[in-house]
Amino acid sequence: MALPVVQFRDATLEYHERRVWSDLQLTFEAPSFVAILGPNGSGKTSLLRVILGLTPLTTGTVNVLGAAPRRGNPGIGYVPQHQSFDRDLPLRGRDLVGLGIDGHRWGIGRPSAQRARVVQDAIESVEAVAYADAPIGRLSGGEQQRLRIAQALVGDPQLLLCDEPLASLDLHHQQEITGLIDGWHRRTGRTVLFVTHDVNPILPLVDRVLFVVNGRWAAGTPDEILTSERLSELYGSHVDVLRVHDRVLVVGDTTGSGFDLEQPHHLPAIDDDAGHPPVGASR
Amino acid sequence: MIDQVIHLLGYDFAQNAIAAGIVIAIVSGIVSRFVVARNMAFAVHALAELGFTGAAGAILVGVSAVVGLLVGTTITALFIGVLGVRVRERDSVVGVVMAFGLGLGVLFLTLYPRYATEAFTILFGTITGVNRGDVVLLIAIGILTLGALAIVYRPLTFATVDPEVAEARGVPVGALAIVFLLIMAAAVAEAVQVVGVLLILTLLITPGASAEHLTARPGRATTYSVALALICVLGGILLALVTNLPVSVFVTGLSFASYLLARFVLGPATLAREGRQLVGS
Repeated sequence: MALPVVQFRDATLEYHERRVWSDLQLTFEAPSFVAILGPNGSGKTSLLRVILGLTPLTTGTVNVLGAAPRRGNPGIGYVPQHQSFDRDLPLRGRDLVGLGIDGHRWGIGRPSAQRARVVQDAIESVEAVAYADAPIGRLSGGEQQRLRIAQALVGDPQLLLCDEPLASLDLHHQQEITGLIDGWHRRTGRTVLFVTHDVNPILPLVDRVLFVVNGRWAAGTPDEILTSERLSELYGSHVDVLRVHDRVLVVGDTTGSGFDLEQPHHLPAIDDDAGHPPVGASR
Repeated sequence: MIDQVIHLLGYDFAQNAIAAGIVIAIVSGIVSRFVVARNMAFAVHALAELGFTGAAGAILVGVSAVVGLLVGTTITALFIGVLGVRVRERDSVVGVVMAFGLGLGVLFLTLYPRYATEAFTILFGTITGVNRGDVVLLIAIGILTLGALAIVYRPLTFATVDPEVAEARGVPVGALAIVFLLIMAAAVAEAVQVVGVLLILTLLITPGASAEHLTARPGRATTYSVALALICVLGGILLALVTNLPVSVFVTGLSFASYLLARFVLGPATLAREGRQLVGS
């Protein structure tokens, strides 16, 4: 139906001569809610960096919103992993959201009534009005992430990239944040790419899964991909996928101990440090 | 005493000091906000000390000390910018470069026969002693620096407080880090004129650190930081004229007093007013 939002063709990414992933053939159309899964260092963040135009592919092509990827693409919103701000940093949630509108532009910037209204609307849409004027470093992790979602959505993006936005949040806040992202996805019919090491908090919302392990990948619906056969094939060793209540547990037989995606370092043959640095790490 | 001040303000050297002091204070106030937010106190210190080396070298070959300062700080900024990409690496690179550069400074001073007074003025500040030519040069450097700051202010703020999202939104975070080091190099060369190499942090850290306690609004924090730097520099110059003690004594004193006031008296009151409005969750 619609034009593809993101399309990879024969895409291979190498980093320091190590193959991160290869021959990626992927098309994501709107509306989809895609979970990007895999152990640490498997190149999940690198995939987002390619879409953001920050890292070029080694070979192959990628098309983002109908064009080659480019830095600062206004059609993309980005939500990072929660990292707390300094307590004394003079910055309010309202300022953080405002940076999402024009923080990348040169100059000093002038306040305008229209800009203030757009910021206020974004803050209202994530129900953060009560604390939007407090110093951001004094808010809880969940409150900060709400404001980050407002920051990502304030530019009315076509595509929302989330890189582990739930990490270090408690269960209650995880549900609030996934609820906000899903609400936007349903309301606008636009696409979410959600990188996570634990699929369970978003499992009910996801309609597609991309699983990347050790340079190999598989994509499809959660029911197609999250099976013992497919993941054993990907990991190159026997893996059991268990469905317990509404949770998915991935258990390998090499160590004899149970683990799920939350402990990916137990999985065999994974180089933890070989992936790209996270976005922003080059500072 | 007011009569005495008015009388002293009639002199060229006092007017020069005040003209340069205003520009230097504005630059310092803005730059110190970013120095604090980017955790770059150590880099400021290194830039100042290697500015000293540059100034000592310039005196040795008979060039203006201001030019020598600027050359020293700029070379150091480029070194730190190119070699110290990651934060952890940066501090090591700063230390390595600073140690070597200061060694050179010692050499230059030893080679220069009249080194004691010159060294004292570079180390502790000379603003009431700068000549007309240097004042023009300082104002020119200051205006250029302010121009550069005006261009990068918004993306630099974004890259400073929220580097990950800034990069994702297309802000050239790495290039801005180097640009900011060069802006710092100019700011250090300027501020050294007032308080000297050893007391540089009183202008490039304290105003920004004090302002953080006075408001949660980033724009206001910058305004307060500039205001504090102006009070410290101009107040310091006037008090020095009256008392005939070094300017840096008063600038550091005023700057420290303003920090204590902001941190322990005005800050808590501000936080209660602007601060966290508790919500149910």
